[in-house]
Amino acid sequence: MAHQRVIVVGGGLAGLSTSMKLAEDGVAVDLFSLVPVKRSHSVCAQGGINACNEVARQQGYSEWEHFDETVFGGDFLANQPPVLEMTKMAPAIIDLLDRMGVPFSRTSEGNRDLRLFGGSLYKRTFYAGATTGQQLLYALDEQVRHHEVQGHITKYEFWDFLAPILDDAGRCVGIVAQDLRTMQIRAFRGDAVVMATGGNGLIFGQSTMSIICTGSGTARCYAAGARLGNPEFVQVHPTAIPGEDKCRLMSESARGEGGRIWVPKKKADSRHPNDIPENERDYFLERLYPKYKNIVPRDIATREIFYICEQGYGIGGGQMVYLDLTEKATGIPYEVLKGKLGGILEIYEKFVGVDPLIEPMRIYPAVHYSMGGLWVDFARDDKTGGMQKANPRNHMTNLTGLYAAGEADYQYHGANRLGANSLLSCIFTGLFAAPGMREYIKGQRPVAELSQRLFDGGVEQQQAAQAKLLNSKGTDNPYLMHRELGRAMSDNVTIIRCDSKLRQTLALIESLKERYQNNLGLPDSGMWNNQSLGFARACWDMLLLGEAVTTAALAREESRGSHYKIPDDLMDRHDIPLEKRSLPRDDGNWLKTTLVTYVDGKAQLSYEPVDTSLVTPRARNYGKVVAPAAAKAPVPEAAGAGT
Amino acid sequence: MISPAESTKSIRLEILRQDTPSSQGYWQTFDVPITPASNVTSLLRTISGRPVTSDGRNVAPPAYEASCLEEVCGSCTMVINGRVRQACSTLVRRLMAESPGSPITIEPMTKFPVIRDLIVDRSRMFENLKRIKAWIPIDGSFNLGAGPKITPEQQHTMYPLSRCMSCGSCLEACPQFTRDNHFLGAQIFSMARYYNMHPNGKPDADARMEVLMGDGGITDCGNSQNCVRVCPKDIPLTESIGVIGRSATVYSIKKFFSK
Repeated sequence: MAHQRVIVVGGGLAGLSTSMKLAEDGVAVDLFSLVPVKRSHSVCAQGGINACNEVARQQGYSEWEHFDETVFGGDFLANQPPVLEMTKMAPAIIDLLDRMGVPFSRTSEGNRDLRLFGGSLYKRTFYAGATTGQQLLYALDEQVRHHEVQGHITKYEFWDFLAPILDDAGRCVGIVAQDLRTMQIRAFRGDAVVMATGGNGLIFGQSTMSIICTGSGTARCYAAGARLGNPEFVQVHPTAIPGEDKCRLMSESARGEGGRIWVPKKKADSRHPNDIPENERDYFLERLYPKYKNIVPRDIATREIFYICEQGYGIGGGQMVYLDLTEKATGIPYEVLKGKLGGILEIYEKFVGVDPLIEPMRIYPAVHYSMGGLWVDFARDDKTGGMQKANPRNHMTNLTGLYAAGEADYQYHGANRLGANSLLSCIFTGLFAAPGMREYIKGQRPVAELSQRLFDGGVEQQQAAQAKLLNSKGTDNPYLMHRELGRAMSDNVTIIRCDSKLRQTLALIESLKERYQNNLGLPDSGMWNNQSLGFARACWDMLLLGEAVTTAALAREESRGSHYKIPDDLMDRHDIPLEKRSLPRDDGNWLKTTLVTYVDGKAQLSYEPVDTSLVTPRARNYGKVVAPAAAKAPVPEAAGAGT
Repeated sequence: MISPAESTKSIRLEILRQDTPSSQGYWQTFDVPITPASNVTSLLRTISGRPVTSDGRNVAPPAYEASCLEEVCGSCTMVINGRVRQACSTLVRRLMAESPGSPITIEPMTKFPVIRDLIVDRSRMFENLKRIKAWIPIDGSFNLGAGPKITPEQQHTMYPLSRCMSCGSCLEACPQFTRDNHFLGAQIFSMARYYNMHPNGKPDADARMEVLMGDGGITDCGNSQNCVRVCPKDIPLTESIGVIGRSATVYSIKKFFSK
């Protein structure tokens, strides 16, 4: 086994935890990344990481509650055994990160502090200020650097993954990649390949994601035959600073620490927010969800914000609401919040020019996370209800030897991810799936013994495709085509969806694909650090993924989690509440996983059942009060944990 | 995103370009439409969509690094109007307020080799992290319980140090740090302080001190204090330099007596 190697593509939390665990188990790793791994998108995660803990446990919380909240939060679309396994391992992951030196925020006694997060009534989120993702990424980056120095891991930074290499039997035996500086295209042999390439926010134009999050790693595997799972489930985060280049996230921890969302009761109120008295503010999440208040899950908060703005109550009548962290609204002193949320307060101050502890922030929802992604398998453990340890099937895509981990895969979050579960799922997948990869390669013929012809063929194919791109002399600039795609996806395939607009979007994507193939113009044809070439490739990938997301959304005739479907004729009936306008969740027909396969240049759909072996799906409304609180009594809780 | 057609105001950008690591640099000028929210990365992105110079020539878009666009990844560090900073958090309206009517000049960092245009090779920073053993050595990833308790005071000292995103601003501004010497610089002094502080990082503290007291080490610091002035994350770099300086003295005495 000593000469067998695993290729990991992507150096965020999932890629680094996979690499670390493989290296620890004596498997050599080649780690590929578009950027120095320390600059991966995981740095943008802010709020924290969830795990059952002693304080919560002594108040009645448990790993089971964390599991239940996660599948409930995901509107029951997640396969349950993997979620159970993840929530069971979460406390040990926190301890491991602690041993690695993550500077978790501390209590006066020196314990790791906890905060409240969406979808839970218990404090079960560990954090390091408001830059938790950055701190976790750095800790794993350090561990990987240690392995690198010891010769266990070889890094290929500023390399772009172009395609998996499959042998005649369809087994993945390596990758083709390109050095982004010299533009050299090379084949690398790998006894297994792991895609840890993150989400695809860029297909929506602006999102909270880094601009490297084009989904190209996923798309290139999809084009090679890997299936996607649930691509139509796209998280729109309720609170971001709207921006023309990117929407900058304002962490859910702002609300977990006491921040409140409101709009003026008077439409288009032109007063400064600090001049609007308490009784003239509508804290609508608190009014509608008296139990969870501002920490309802993201899909719900996002739709309420969207709806209140649709009603004309947004700031100045537009599409923005207040996220209030001032002492007047929260009752929490300036210095306390400064200490806990410094990282995000700085971002707001730098980009907007206002101190959000003095003046309420103006925010609006933005695309944030891809619940869907590469379909991956799992091996259920009938004794525990979780996953079998070290089983090679865990996290393997439908292509033998090709694995996916982290945001790139579709597992764990169902139709809506709970805040602070992504850092957990990224680290968990690496740690849990790596032993299965180790077992898988043990049983395979080492790829070092395979004929060179297969690998040369992969390189030649990419060189030919590249030559065609470099010769494109049309007039369509890839950066501008991307804007067209992003605008349509953001307008039609996010918070609420209707069939006519989804069809319109598919038609646009079809025409963009045609223009791409016939009229692309590359602004740079050089062979040294040519960024236009890389972006043009990613632009095609985004068209493929946009098509997969939209096709899957069009087919799903129900509303579930982040996907809300409204019949065409009701789309603009702003007088009807969103719940009444939209199709209901339909477990009879749609409690199933969407599978998308790329066949003859098109997205082809099929479905498989969801594993709901542990808890039975139940109604999900987080105790929403249907009529105005003042007029009617709240409806009975239909969706409490454990019912 | 705002397309060029939707905007009426524009600003002039002067960009120092360089095609390859060995070729000569040259200036190119672009007139780019702006909006109130424009930052320097959004201007560069706009140019990529329509790479035409002020005098109407079609050129290859300037190459630049960028990723998170919220000043937490460190990628887009460059020299803008003569000062090192992140292009994403450099708002055009602030530059215009600083120097009204002037064009914006954009240059690559000067202390690192240029790869192309605004992209430089900062791998020296990561290699230096290896030299000082920038990690906490752990006994593997198995479940071995929690780490040591850390007081809030310790955490308050360590957390700001750990926000260093390896952007290189401190090194760009440092008079001692040059392309051809081995000076480690504030980034490394501060990170070494971080790992030496952690209870589980202490076992490697002596090894770190050996590096910090060797060629390019702490004694070469000229105390200009430029580093702390340009750090985008307000890391107390001069404080770290002071701490490492004192540790070096203690370490030399300890070494002298243990001979």
